[in-house]
Formats: sequence, structure tokens, C-alpha cells
Amino acid sequence: MRTENNTWTIIKKEFARFLGDRQLLFTSVIMPGLLIYIIYSLMGSGISKMATEGANESVFVRVENLPESVAPLWENLPATIMVPQTLTQEDINNLESKDLNEVLVRFPAGFDTLVASYNPQSGEMAPNVEIYYNSANNASSRVYHVLEGSLTAYENQLSNRFDINRADTEEAQFDMASQDDVLGSILSKLIPMLILMMLFSGVMAIAPSSIAGEKERGTIATLLVTPMRRNELALGKVVSLSGMALLSGLSSFIGIVLSLPKMIQADTQGIEIGLNYTSADYVVLLLTILGTVLIMASVVSMLSALAKDVKNAGTMIVPFMLVVMFCGLTPMFQSGTPENLTAYLIPFYNSIQVMTATFAHEMKWMPVIVMLVSNVAYTGIAVWGLTRMFNSEKIMFSK
Amino acid sequence: MNEILRVEGLSKTFKLSRKQQKIERTNSKVIVAVNDLSFTANKGEIFGLLGPNGAGKTTTLRMLSTLIHPDSGDAILDGYSVVSQPEEVRGKIGFLTSELKLEDFFTPNYLFDFFSQLHHVDETTCRQRKQQMFSRFGIDKFAEVKVANLSTGMKQKLSLVISLVHDPDIIIFDEPTNGLDVLTARTVTDYLQELRNEGKTVILSTHIFSLVEKLCDRVGVIIDGHMITCGTLDEVCNGLSLEDRFFEIYKEQKGGEE
Ligand SMILES: Nc1ncnc2c1ncn2[C@@H]1O[C@H](COP(=O)(O)OP(=O)(O)OP(=O)(O)O)[C@@H](O)[C@H]1O
Ligand SMILES: [Mg+2]
Repeated sequence: MRTENNTWTIIKKEFARFLGDRQLLFTSVIMPGLLIYIIYSLMGSGISKMATEGANESVFVRVENLPESVAPLWENLPATIMVPQTLTQEDINNLESKDLNEVLVRFPAGFDTLVASYNPQSGEMAPNVEIYYNSANNASSRVYHVLEGSLTAYENQLSNRFDINRADTEEAQFDMASQDDVLGSILSKLIPMLILMMLFSGVMAIAPSSIAGEKERGTIATLLVTPMRRNELALGKVVSLSGMALLSGLSSFIGIVLSLPKMIQADTQGIEIGLNYTSADYVVLLLTILGTVLIMASVVSMLSALAKDVKNAGTMIVPFMLVVMFCGLTPMFQSGTPENLTAYLIPFYNSIQVMTATFAHEMKWMPVIVMLVSNVAYTGIAVWGLTRMFNSEKIMFSK
Repeated sequence: MNEILRVEGLSKTFKLSRKQQKIERTNSKVIVAVNDLSFTANKGEIFGLLGPNGAGKTTTLRMLSTLIHPDSGDAILDGYSVVSQPEEVRGKIGFLTSELKLEDFFTPNYLFDFFSQLHHVDETTCRQRKQQMFSRFGIDKFAEVKVANLSTGMKQKLSLVISLVHDPDIIIFDEPTNGLDVLTARTVTDYLQELRNEGKTVILSTHIFSLVEKLCDRVGVIIDGHMITCGTLDEVCNGLSLEDRFFEIYKEQKGGEE
């Protein structure tokens, strides 16, 4: 009863401070969501513009072994389908020139029979459909997305009895654009880092002044000579900071949710092909953001507790921020996300990888679960550590 | 005389960081901030701890306030031990320093209520005491003004009020007038005398001789963590002015050194 009261008094005060201060509220809650929304929307319209540039150009889709089941799906394509074709390596290499409005599709011979007889439990490789295109050519890229989208929908309908553009060898390349053409994909790889930065700035606005500020002002002594126990104070701080951090994370999430449709629309030119983020994707994004912001808040709180004043806290947090930023950059140097689950035990890196995968429609549950569980565990450890720090006179009354 | 505070062999040693070693110009890894300190204070008196910078005054007062643990020794405040009954001790004391700065964002009204709640003061008492204290210090007109917009003097008076929301019997005050302008300093010293007249006990630390002469009933001189002499002003002064007597003691102490 008493514990609850003191902790609750602290929480009420922290929130009164937080909700009553417009500037603080703006930097920590409004800004992250707003900025993400604006940047995302701008990117969306940018991509949309790029895409419309090639909208009226005619595109040739050359298909090898077009199966009977797929033909009807592609009847109303905004492109000319050319069958039957035999695709040579030369045809594929020619795509490297971005002036060629072409997409090349290769189905395995007897695709429909192969798919029908494929047993997912057998451990064998599923039949693979190869689609070659050039993402630097808007027309080619646009049609590729339509084809890929409709095949993905079909694949889902068949409960994943075939693969699309599975890379069987190291060198396998389906997007024939040279690397520096792929501006769009670089931008989209920056998005998770952007989210991380927004979350960080939110946490930075809140935690140091709430914890290091108490030491700097000397109010920590005034608080600690009340009958309140030190862990009650620590708990009150942790709960309120987490609450605020969660609000900040929620804001970023809302920014994403509101702007994603624009991205998708831009991506697919408004053609309904079922290439959408599922509600599972959204749930994963939300949980990832919330989990990330919790660890972030607890680490920043611990560093603030060690610092002797708010300014010192800022200095101490910079290296941590750089590490987080570096994790945010990792998707730029990787193709795809790591298969090895232990990689998802690394905080911040794990959130970035999960977000990148989710944005790329490649979300898998195991990494998500490993990420979430480990993040919650780290937060728990950090809260325990923070309580210990509040209990330590060395840290609270350091010189 | 009614003894309310008994300090027995209180000691505290701090580890020194590299940086501190440089500042203190020592190679020693530790510093004995308070060394086997003993004294008593009586109910209804103002007791002054007089000492130069680094003597161990703040450390002593923090141990009396249960903010830091003594390495050895104990202090008994109104029957409660700071070592074994810190929570009970906290119920008896108010701890203040002139360095205290309140959070800019809040109003005097809010802060008073906040600290009253943490001290478990019931609402009626809180309201009465708030009214009384605010009008005593002229804060009532500014009760709804954010701390950020108060004058420095008003902020300092508010810090004092906030630290005494629960009307403690023992007031522990580190450097009461440090950094205060003359008017605020006067308000504070007047108030300390008022508290004594109400029968409260005040333990303060200072390095200002005139403050001790003006306020304190008894004084303890502390140098390098040691209590050198302790008693009423007359006993300590030995016919000299407090300042002259202090330097006499100081020379005796430091004579062997340097
Ligand atoms: N947390 C700490 N860690 C390390 N050393 C400390 C700590 N607190 C105090 N000291 C050292 O202990 C000694 C006594 O410090 P203290 O603050 O008690 O002195 P003081 O009498 O209050 O001095 P001042 O007049 O400067 O306030 C000083 O040498 C100081 O550097
Ligand atoms: Mg001091």
C-alpha cells in the first residue's frame, strides 16, 4: 500500500511535468511521428513520380514456359506478353542497359505439375520462378512489381508451393540495375535507422533531465530524506520514463501507419495486386518499436544516473547513440537479413533487422520472437540495475 | 538538558578517483572525510558545525540525514539510530542545503503538495501548513507561478519551505546562508531562531564565524574530519573572538604539518 503510494506520487509528478510541458511533448511525442510521416510521404510521392515517368511507355514481358494457371492472371497487364520464348543469358545481360523496357520471366518447364506434386515437408527445393528486371528503369520496375505481386498472391493461395527469385547461388541477380542506380532501395534501407533516431531523440528529451537533473539540482537528497524507499523512487522513475518512451514509440508507429499506404500506392501504381502489409506486419512493427524504445530508455536512464549533471549525461550518451546509429546503418551493408537466430540477440541491431525485413515483406516469426524476448529481458536487467544505482550512495552522491 | 542527538565515533572514508587525487594533491587512494567524530546536541538549541572547506561538514550532515552510511560509529536522533533505523530517523528530520534548486517547471503550490504527499502529511494539515508557511515567506502571491519565473530569493525561500513541509523536530541545514543575498539570508536566520523558540533543534554547518556567533548555542569545530573542540560559544572561545580562537586551534592542528 505504502510502496504503491510513493511510487504513484512520483509517477504522477513525472507525467505532470511531461504532459504540461508543450516543448517537451513536442520533441518527444509529436515530432517523431510527424517527421516520420513527412519523410515517408515525401519518399512515397518521389517514388510515385519516378514510377509515373515510365507509365506510358510500353513494356515487353518475355516469358519462358508460361504455365496455363498463370496466363489468366496476367491477361490485363499494362504490358505486352510475349510467349513462347527461350531466354538466353545474353537476353538477361542486355537488361543491364536501363533503356530496355523489358521484364524476363522464366518458369521451370512443367511448372503446374511440379507445383501440384511438390511436398513442402520433403525438404526439397520448391520450384523457383525467376523474374529479371532493371529497377533503374521505371517502366521495367513497375511491371516487375505487378508481376511479382500477383505471383506472390498466387503463391500464398497455394500455401507456398513455389518460390520467386530464390537465390540458389551467390551470384544470382535478378535486378539487373547497377548498384548506384538503386537509390530507392537505399532510401528504404535508411527508414529503420530514421525510426531509431526519432525514438532516440524522444528518449533523450525525457530521461536525462528526469534522472541526472535530480542530482544536479540537489533534489535527490530532498527526495531521499522522505520516508520513501529508494527502490520506490527508482520504480516510479522507471515506470514513468517507460510510459513516456512508449508514447513516443507509439507516435512513431502512427506516423508509419499513416504514411505506409502512400508508399505502397506509389510502389504499385494503384494497381490492386494484394501486395500490402498484413496486420501481422503492423503488429510486429509496433512491438519492435515498443521493445526498442524500452531498452533505449533504460540504457539512457542508467547513463543519466551515472552522470553528475544533465550536461554530463549528454556527453555520456553520445557514444551509445553512435553505436545505435551504427546498428541502424547495417542494412546498407547487407543483402537480406541474417538467418542465424543468435544475431537477433543483439539489441538495436535485432530491431533494425526485423524492421528492415518487415518493410521488405520478408518478416519471419522466429527472429521476431527472439528479438522481442531478448529485448524484454534486457529491459528487465536494466531496470534492476537502475534500482541498484538509486540504492548506491556512491552513484547518487558522487563527487 | 534534553539530549536529542548523540553522535558516537562517526567515520566515513571515500575512495578517490584519479581526477580527485589531482585536485586534492595526494597520492593516497582514499580520503578520510570524517574521522571518529563524536558530539551531542540538545533539544531546542542551534548547534553549529564550524570548519573550513573539505573539513567533512557536508559528509557528517549527510550521514545524520541517512543519505549516506557511516563506515563505523552511529548517530542517535531522538532515540533512533541512523544505522539501524534510518526510516524512523527520516520521519524526524528535515534536510536542507542552500544549494538546493527546485524543478523550474512546477509551481510552489504543486511542489508543496508533492513533498507533503511523500512525507505522508494528511491533506488538511498540508493545506493549513502551506497557507501558514507561504504567508510567512511571502510566497502566497506566487503560489501559482512556475519556479522558473520566481526571483532567486523567492526560489531559495521556497526550497526552505519545501524541505520543511512535514514540520520536523530536527532541522539539518548545510551552509544555510551560502549564496543567499543579505535579505534572504536574514529571512533564513530569523526563521532558524523562530524554530528554536518553538523548541525545534537545528544542526547547521558553516564556515562563517559571524553566523555561529549570532545563531548558535553550541558549536563544534571540525578540521580534517576531526572534532577539535565542542561546547558552548563561551567554552570554545576561551575569552577570544571566535575567529581568533579558530585560527589558534587551526595553527595548533596544522602546526606539525606543512
Ligand atoms: N562522494 C565523495 N567521493 C569522494 N570524496 C568525497 C565525497 N564527498 C566528499 N568527499 C571528500 O571528503 C572531504 C570532505 O568533504 P565535505 O564535502 O564533507 O566537506 P565540507 O566540510 O562540506 O566542505 P565544503 O565547505 O567545501 O562544503 C573532501 O575532501 C571531499 O573532497
Ligand atoms: Mg559542504
